[in-house]
Amino acid sequence: MAKIVVVTSGKGGVGKTTTAASFAVGLALRGHKTVVIDFDVGLRNLDLIMGCERRVVFDFVNVISKEANLRQALIRDKRVENLSILAASQTRDKDALTESGVARVLEELSQEFDYIVCDSPAGIEKGALMAMYYADEALVVTNPEVSSVRDSDRVLGMLSSRTKRAEEGGEPVKEHLVVTRYAPARVGKGEMLSLDDVGDILAIPLLGVIPESETVLNASNAGLPVILEEGADAGGAYADLVARFLGEDRPLRFVEAKKGLFGRLLGRG
Amino acid sequence: MGWLDVFRGQKKNSAQLAKERLQVVVAHRRGGRGDHPDYFPKLQRDLLRVLRKYVQVEDDAVQIEIERDGEMEVLELNITLPEQSRNQA
Repeated sequence: MAKIVVVTSGKGGVGKTTTAASFAVGLALRGHKTVVIDFDVGLRNLDLIMGCERRVVFDFVNVISKEANLRQALIRDKRVENLSILAASQTRDKDALTESGVARVLEELSQEFDYIVCDSPAGIEKGALMAMYYADEALVVTNPEVSSVRDSDRVLGMLSSRTKRAEEGGEPVKEHLVVTRYAPARVGKGEMLSLDDVGDILAIPLLGVIPESETVLNASNAGLPVILEEGADAGGAYADLVARFLGEDRPLRFVEAKKGLFGRLLGRG
Repeated sequence: MGWLDVFRGQKKNSAQLAKERLQVVVAHRRGGRGDHPDYFPKLQRDLLRVLRKYVQVEDDAVQIEIERDGEMEVLELNITLPEQSRNQA
Protein backbone atom coordinates (compact mmCIF):
# COMPACT_ATOMS: atom_id res chain seq x y z
CA MET A 1 0.00 0.00 0.00
CA ALA A 2 1.26 3.43 -0.92
CA LYS A 3 1.58 6.19 1.62
CA ILE A 4 -0.46 9.26 0.64
CA VAL A 5 1.10 12.63 1.52
CA VAL A 6 -0.72 15.91 0.93
CA VAL A 7 1.21 19.16 0.50
CA THR A 8 -1.13 21.89 1.70
CA SER A 9 -1.20 25.39 3.22
CA GLY A 10 -4.47 27.25 2.84
CA LYS A 11 -2.76 30.37 1.60
CA GLY A 12 -1.58 30.61 -2.00
CA GLY A 13 1.91 31.46 -3.16
CA VAL A 14 3.74 30.05 -0.15
CA GLY A 15 5.54 27.27 -2.03
CA LYS A 16 3.20 24.28 -2.10
CA THR A 17 3.93 23.28 -5.67
CA THR A 18 7.66 23.95 -5.31
CA THR A 19 7.64 21.79 -2.19
CA ALA A 20 5.50 19.03 -3.72
CA ALA A 21 7.80 18.84 -6.76
CA SER A 22 11.06 18.73 -4.79
CA PHE A 23 9.62 16.37 -2.16
CA ALA A 24 8.47 13.92 -4.84
CA VAL A 25 11.81 14.12 -6.67
CA GLY A 26 13.64 13.59 -3.36
CA LEU A 27 11.63 10.47 -2.54
CA ALA A 28 12.23 9.08 -6.02
CA LEU A 29 15.97 9.81 -5.80
CA ARG A 30 16.00 7.73 -2.63
CA GLY A 31 14.63 4.82 -4.66
CA HIS A 32 10.96 5.05 -3.73
CA LYS A 33 8.44 4.71 -6.53
CA THR A 34 6.65 8.05 -6.36
CA VAL A 35 3.81 9.79 -8.16
CA VAL A 36 2.94 13.45 -7.69
CA ILE A 37 -0.60 14.61 -8.52
CA ASP A 38 -1.72 18.17 -9.23
CA PHE A 39 -5.10 18.70 -7.54
CA ASP A 40 -5.37 22.31 -8.70
CA VAL A 41 -7.93 21.65 -11.41
CA GLY A 42 -8.30 24.67 -13.68
CA LEU A 43 -5.02 26.24 -12.57
CA ARG A 44 -2.46 23.57 -13.25
CA ASN A 45 1.14 24.49 -12.58
CA LEU A 46 2.92 21.41 -11.28
CA ASP A 47 3.71 20.44 -14.90
CA LEU A 48 5.57 23.75 -15.37
CA ILE A 49 7.55 23.41 -12.15
CA MET A 50 8.43 19.83 -13.10
CA GLY A 51 9.31 20.90 -16.64
CA CYS A 52 6.93 18.48 -18.39
CA GLU A 53 4.25 20.92 -19.59
CA ARG A 54 4.69 19.92 -23.22
CA ARG A 55 4.18 16.26 -22.48
CA VAL A 56 0.71 16.52 -20.94
CA VAL A 57 -1.80 14.69 -23.12
CA PHE A 58 -4.29 13.33 -20.62
CA ASP A 59 -4.83 14.57 -17.09
CA PHE A 60 -6.23 13.64 -13.66
CA VAL A 61 -9.80 14.62 -14.62
CA ASN A 62 -9.63 12.54 -17.81
CA VAL A 63 -8.74 9.53 -15.67
CA ILE A 64 -11.49 10.25 -13.14
CA SER A 65 -14.08 10.55 -15.89
CA LYS A 66 -12.66 7.44 -17.59
CA GLU A 67 -11.78 9.26 -20.81
CA ALA A 68 -8.25 7.92 -20.40
CA ASN A 69 -6.56 5.31 -18.27
CA LEU A 70 -3.73 5.89 -15.85
CA ARG A 71 -1.13 4.43 -18.16
CA GLN A 72 -2.00 7.10 -20.76
CA ALA A 73 -2.10 9.98 -18.28
CA LEU A 74 0.99 9.32 -16.14
CA ILE A 75 4.07 11.21 -17.32
CA ARG A 76 7.37 9.57 -16.46
CA ASP A 77 10.02 12.04 -15.39
CA LYS A 78 12.96 12.07 -17.82
CA ARG A 79 15.60 13.03 -15.24
CA VAL A 80 14.66 10.89 -12.29
CA GLU A 81 13.84 7.23 -12.25
CA ASN A 82 10.84 6.00 -10.23
CA LEU A 83 8.97 9.29 -10.65
CA SER A 84 5.69 9.99 -12.43
CA ILE A 85 3.48 13.06 -12.69
CA LEU A 86 -0.27 13.26 -13.03
CA ALA A 87 -1.21 16.72 -14.29
CA ALA A 88 -4.37 18.65 -13.44
CA SER A 89 -6.88 19.63 -16.06
CA GLN A 90 -6.67 23.17 -17.42
CA THR A 91 -10.23 23.46 -18.61
CA ARG A 92 -12.45 21.75 -16.06
CA ASP A 93 -13.45 23.02 -12.65
CA LYS A 94 -13.00 21.50 -9.22
CA ASP A 95 -16.38 19.76 -9.29
CA ALA A 96 -14.81 17.26 -11.66
CA LEU A 97 -13.01 15.84 -8.61
CA THR A 98 -15.53 13.43 -7.14
CA GLU A 99 -14.82 11.60 -3.90
CA SER A 100 -15.35 8.20 -5.48
CA GLY A 101 -13.35 9.12 -8.59
CA VAL A 102 -10.38 10.33 -6.57
CA ALA A 103 -10.61 7.23 -4.37
CA ARG A 104 -10.54 4.95 -7.41
CA VAL A 105 -7.49 6.66 -8.95
CA LEU A 106 -5.57 6.68 -5.63
CA GLU A 107 -6.44 3.02 -5.12
CA GLU A 108 -5.10 2.14 -8.55
CA LEU A 109 -1.92 4.19 -8.00
CA SER A 110 -1.42 2.46 -4.64
CA GLN A 111 -0.84 -0.82 -6.44
CA GLU A 112 2.16 0.55 -8.27
CA PHE A 113 3.73 3.30 -6.14
CA ASP A 114 5.27 3.62 -2.67
CA TYR A 115 4.36 7.29 -2.26
CA ILE A 116 1.52 9.38 -3.66
CA VAL A 117 2.19 13.10 -3.22
CA CYS A 118 -0.92 15.28 -3.57
CA ASP A 119 -0.22 18.90 -4.47
CA SER A 120 -3.18 20.81 -3.03
CA PRO A 121 -4.65 23.97 -4.49
CA ALA A 122 -4.79 27.06 -2.29
CA GLY A 123 -7.96 27.79 -0.38
CA ILE A 124 -10.19 25.51 1.65
CA GLU A 125 -12.69 24.61 -1.04
CA LYS A 126 -13.40 21.34 -2.79
CA GLY A 127 -10.02 20.92 -4.51
CA ALA A 128 -8.11 21.40 -1.26
CA LEU A 129 -10.50 19.11 0.61
CA MET A 130 -10.15 16.39 -2.01
CA ALA A 131 -6.34 16.68 -1.94
CA MET A 132 -6.27 16.10 1.83
CA TYR A 133 -9.20 13.71 2.24
CA TYR A 134 -7.34 10.42 1.75
CA ALA A 135 -4.00 11.59 3.18
CA ASP A 136 -1.95 9.57 5.67
CA GLU A 137 0.48 12.42 6.27
CA ALA A 138 0.51 16.15 5.54
CA LEU A 139 3.23 18.68 4.81
CA VAL A 140 1.86 22.04 5.94
CA VAL A 141 3.79 24.69 4.04
CA THR A 142 4.03 27.98 5.91
CA ASN A 143 5.79 31.29 5.36
CA PRO A 144 6.94 33.10 8.52
CA GLU A 145 4.25 35.73 7.99
CA VAL A 146 0.94 36.37 9.78
CA SER A 147 -1.58 35.46 7.07
CA SER A 148 0.23 32.28 6.11
CA VAL A 149 0.53 31.08 9.72
CA ARG A 150 -3.12 31.74 10.40
CA ASP A 151 -4.19 29.91 7.24
CA SER A 152 -1.96 26.97 8.17
CA ASP A 153 -3.71 26.78 11.50
CA ARG A 154 -7.05 26.70 9.70
CA VAL A 155 -5.80 23.88 7.48
CA LEU A 156 -4.61 21.95 10.54
CA GLY A 157 -8.16 22.23 11.85
CA MET A 158 -9.44 20.70 8.62
CA LEU A 159 -6.87 17.91 8.65
CA SER A 160 -8.18 16.90 12.04
CA SER A 161 -11.87 17.08 11.09
CA ARG A 162 -12.46 16.82 7.34
CA THR A 163 -10.26 13.88 6.31
CA LYS A 164 -11.13 10.21 5.94
CA ARG A 165 -8.94 9.38 8.91
CA ALA A 166 -10.75 11.99 11.02
CA GLU A 167 -14.18 10.80 9.92
CA GLU A 168 -13.39 7.17 10.61
CA GLY A 169 -11.88 8.03 13.98
CA GLY A 170 -8.65 6.17 13.27
CA GLU A 171 -5.07 7.29 13.65
CA PRO A 172 -5.01 11.04 12.83
CA VAL A 173 -3.23 12.41 9.77
CA LYS A 174 0.44 12.87 10.69
CA GLU A 175 1.27 16.57 10.37
CA HIS A 176 4.65 18.06 9.45
CA LEU A 177 5.54 21.74 9.40
CA VAL A 178 7.56 23.03 6.44
CA VAL A 179 8.68 26.65 6.77
CA THR A 180 9.58 28.22 3.42
CA ARG A 181 11.04 31.58 2.38
CA TYR A 182 12.86 31.83 5.69
CA ALA A 183 15.20 34.82 5.95
CA PRO A 184 17.48 34.37 9.00
CA ALA A 185 18.91 37.90 8.72
CA ARG A 186 15.44 39.41 9.03
CA VAL A 187 14.63 37.08 11.91
CA GLY A 188 17.82 38.37 13.58
CA LYS A 189 16.57 41.92 13.21
CA GLY A 190 13.20 41.06 14.71
CA GLU A 191 11.44 41.69 11.42
CA MET A 192 10.31 38.13 10.76
CA LEU A 193 8.75 35.40 12.87
CA SER A 194 11.40 32.90 13.94
CA LEU A 195 11.13 29.12 13.58
CA ASP A 196 10.47 28.94 17.31
CA ASP A 197 7.67 31.49 17.00
CA VAL A 198 5.95 29.59 14.18
CA GLY A 199 6.52 26.30 16.01
CA ASP A 200 5.05 27.70 19.25
CA ILE A 201 1.94 28.95 17.49
CA LEU A 202 1.16 25.96 15.29
CA ALA A 203 2.49 23.31 17.70
CA ILE A 204 3.32 20.62 15.13
CA PRO A 205 6.74 19.06 14.54
CA LEU A 206 9.07 20.86 12.12
CA LEU A 207 10.16 18.76 9.16
CA GLY A 208 12.20 21.30 7.24
CA VAL A 209 13.15 24.91 6.67
CA ILE A 210 13.71 26.26 3.17
CA PRO A 211 15.61 29.55 3.07
CA GLU A 212 14.48 32.47 0.95
CA SER A 213 16.66 31.95 -2.08
CA GLU A 214 17.13 33.16 -5.61
CA THR A 215 17.73 29.62 -6.77
CA VAL A 216 14.02 28.78 -6.29
CA LEU A 217 12.85 31.25 -8.95
CA ASN A 218 15.72 30.33 -11.25
CA ALA A 219 14.82 26.66 -10.96
CA SER A 220 11.12 27.38 -11.61
CA ASN A 221 12.04 29.41 -14.67
CA ALA A 222 13.86 26.39 -16.05
CA GLY A 223 11.26 23.77 -15.04
CA LEU A 224 13.76 22.12 -12.74
CA PRO A 225 12.62 21.03 -9.27
CA VAL A 226 14.98 22.98 -7.01
CA ILE A 227 16.14 19.86 -5.14
CA LEU A 228 18.01 18.95 -8.35
CA GLU A 229 20.09 22.15 -8.02
CA GLU A 230 22.84 20.43 -6.15
CA GLY A 231 24.89 22.65 -3.93
CA ALA A 232 22.21 25.36 -3.79
CA ASP A 233 20.92 26.27 -0.33
CA ALA A 234 17.23 25.62 -1.09
CA GLY A 235 18.05 22.38 -2.90
CA GLY A 236 20.09 21.16 0.07
CA ALA A 237 17.33 22.13 2.46
CA TYR A 238 14.81 20.04 0.48
CA ALA A 239 17.21 17.09 0.42
CA ASP A 240 17.46 17.36 4.23
CA LEU A 241 13.67 17.55 4.51
CA VAL A 242 13.23 14.33 2.51
CA ALA A 243 15.89 12.57 4.59
CA ARG A 244 14.12 13.57 7.81
CA PHE A 245 10.79 12.42 6.40
CA LEU A 246 12.38 9.02 5.78
CA GLY A 247 13.55 8.88 9.39
CA GLU A 248 17.08 10.21 9.20
CA ASP A 249 18.40 12.64 11.77
CA ARG A 250 19.65 15.77 10.01
CA PRO A 251 20.45 19.04 11.76
CA LEU A 252 18.75 22.19 10.46
CA ARG A 253 20.83 24.21 8.01
CA PHE A 254 20.44 27.72 6.60
CA VAL A 255 18.71 29.00 9.73
CA GLU A 256 21.43 31.37 10.88
CA ALA A 257 22.23 34.71 9.27
CA LYS A 258 25.34 34.51 7.16
CA LYS A 259 27.06 37.46 8.84
CA GLY A 260 29.09 36.94 11.99
CA LEU A 261 27.97 38.32 15.32
CA PHE A 262 30.03 41.48 14.87
CA GLY A 263 28.57 42.09 11.43
CA ARG A 264 25.06 41.52 12.75
CA LEU A 265 25.47 44.10 15.48
CA LEU A 266 26.87 46.72 13.14
CA GLY A 267 24.70 45.82 10.20
CA ARG A 268 21.29 46.54 11.61
CA GLY A 269 19.57 49.78 10.72
CA MET B 1 14.70 50.16 15.50
CA GLY B 2 18.37 50.38 16.40
CA TRP B 3 20.21 47.58 18.14
CA LEU B 4 20.65 49.56 21.31
CA ASP B 5 16.88 49.52 21.78
CA VAL B 6 17.09 45.78 22.48
CA PHE B 7 19.00 46.59 25.65
CA ARG B 8 16.87 49.58 26.50
CA GLY B 9 13.83 47.33 26.22
CA GLN B 10 11.90 50.00 24.38
CA LYS B 11 9.65 49.39 21.37
CA LYS B 12 8.54 45.84 20.60
CA ASN B 13 9.88 44.55 17.30
CA SER B 14 7.42 43.63 14.57
CA ALA B 15 8.05 39.88 14.81
CA GLN B 16 7.06 39.91 18.50
CA LEU B 17 3.94 41.82 17.61
CA ALA B 18 3.10 39.28 14.88
CA LYS B 19 3.55 36.40 17.30
CA GLU B 20 1.28 37.90 19.94
CA ARG B 21 -1.45 38.68 17.43
CA LEU B 22 -1.26 35.18 15.95
CA GLN B 23 -1.38 33.54 19.35
CA VAL B 24 -4.69 35.27 20.01
CA VAL B 25 -6.35 34.26 16.72
CA VAL B 26 -5.03 30.71 16.83
CA ALA B 27 -6.07 30.18 20.45
CA HIS B 28 -9.49 31.52 19.51
CA ARG B 29 -9.94 29.02 16.68
CA ARG B 30 -8.54 26.10 18.61
CA GLY B 31 -10.80 26.97 21.51
CA GLY B 32 -13.61 25.91 19.23
CA ARG B 33 -15.22 29.31 18.85
CA GLY B 34 -13.90 29.95 15.38
CA ASP B 35 -14.38 26.48 13.99
CA HIS B 36 -17.98 25.44 14.33
CA PRO B 37 -19.15 22.24 12.67
CA ASP B 38 -20.94 22.75 9.34
CA TYR B 39 -24.35 21.93 10.79
CA PHE B 40 -24.32 24.80 13.30
CA PRO B 41 -26.17 27.43 11.26
CA LYS B 42 -28.84 24.91 10.24
CA LEU B 43 -29.24 23.63 13.79
CA GLN B 44 -29.62 27.21 14.96
CA ARG B 45 -32.34 27.91 12.38
CA ASP B 46 -34.22 24.69 13.15
CA LEU B 47 -34.15 25.35 16.89
CA LEU B 48 -35.49 28.85 16.33
CA ARG B 49 -38.32 27.49 14.21
CA VAL B 50 -39.32 24.96 16.84
CA LEU B 51 -39.07 27.49 19.66
CA ARG B 52 -41.27 29.93 17.81
CA LYS B 53 -44.12 27.46 17.83
CA TYR B 54 -44.32 28.18 21.56
CA VAL B 55 -42.64 31.50 22.30
CA GLN B 56 -41.81 34.50 20.17
CA VAL B 57 -38.05 34.84 20.56
CA GLU B 58 -35.52 37.16 18.95
CA ASP B 59 -33.31 36.05 16.03
CA ASP B 60 -30.27 35.86 18.27
CA ALA B 61 -32.03 34.01 21.11
CA VAL B 62 -30.30 30.70 20.39
CA GLN B 63 -26.56 30.51 21.09
CA ILE B 64 -24.67 27.30 20.42
CA GLU B 65 -21.09 26.59 21.42
CA ILE B 66 -18.88 23.56 21.36
CA GLU B 67 -16.40 23.16 24.19
CA ARG B 68 -13.59 20.68 23.68
CA ASP B 69 -11.79 19.16 26.58
CA GLY B 70 -9.36 16.46 25.43
CA GLU B 71 -11.44 13.64 23.98
CA MET B 72 -14.72 15.08 25.21
CA GLU B 73 -16.92 17.51 23.35
CA VAL B 74 -19.75 19.38 25.05
CA LEU B 75 -22.50 21.01 23.04
CA GLU B 76 -23.69 24.03 24.95
CA LEU B 77 -27.09 25.47 24.13
CA ASN B 78 -28.16 28.84 25.47
CA ILE B 79 -31.68 30.09 24.84
CA THR B 80 -32.73 33.54 25.94
CA LEU B 81 -36.46 33.82 26.54
CA PRO B 82 -38.17 37.20 26.30
CA GLU B 83 -39.14 38.93 29.58
CA GLN B 84 -42.87 38.41 29.07
CA SER B 85 -42.89 34.66 28.63
CA ARG B 86 -40.71 34.28 31.69
CA ASN B 87 -43.37 36.04 33.77
CA GLN B 88 -46.11 33.80 32.37
CA ALA B 89 -44.21 30.62 33.23
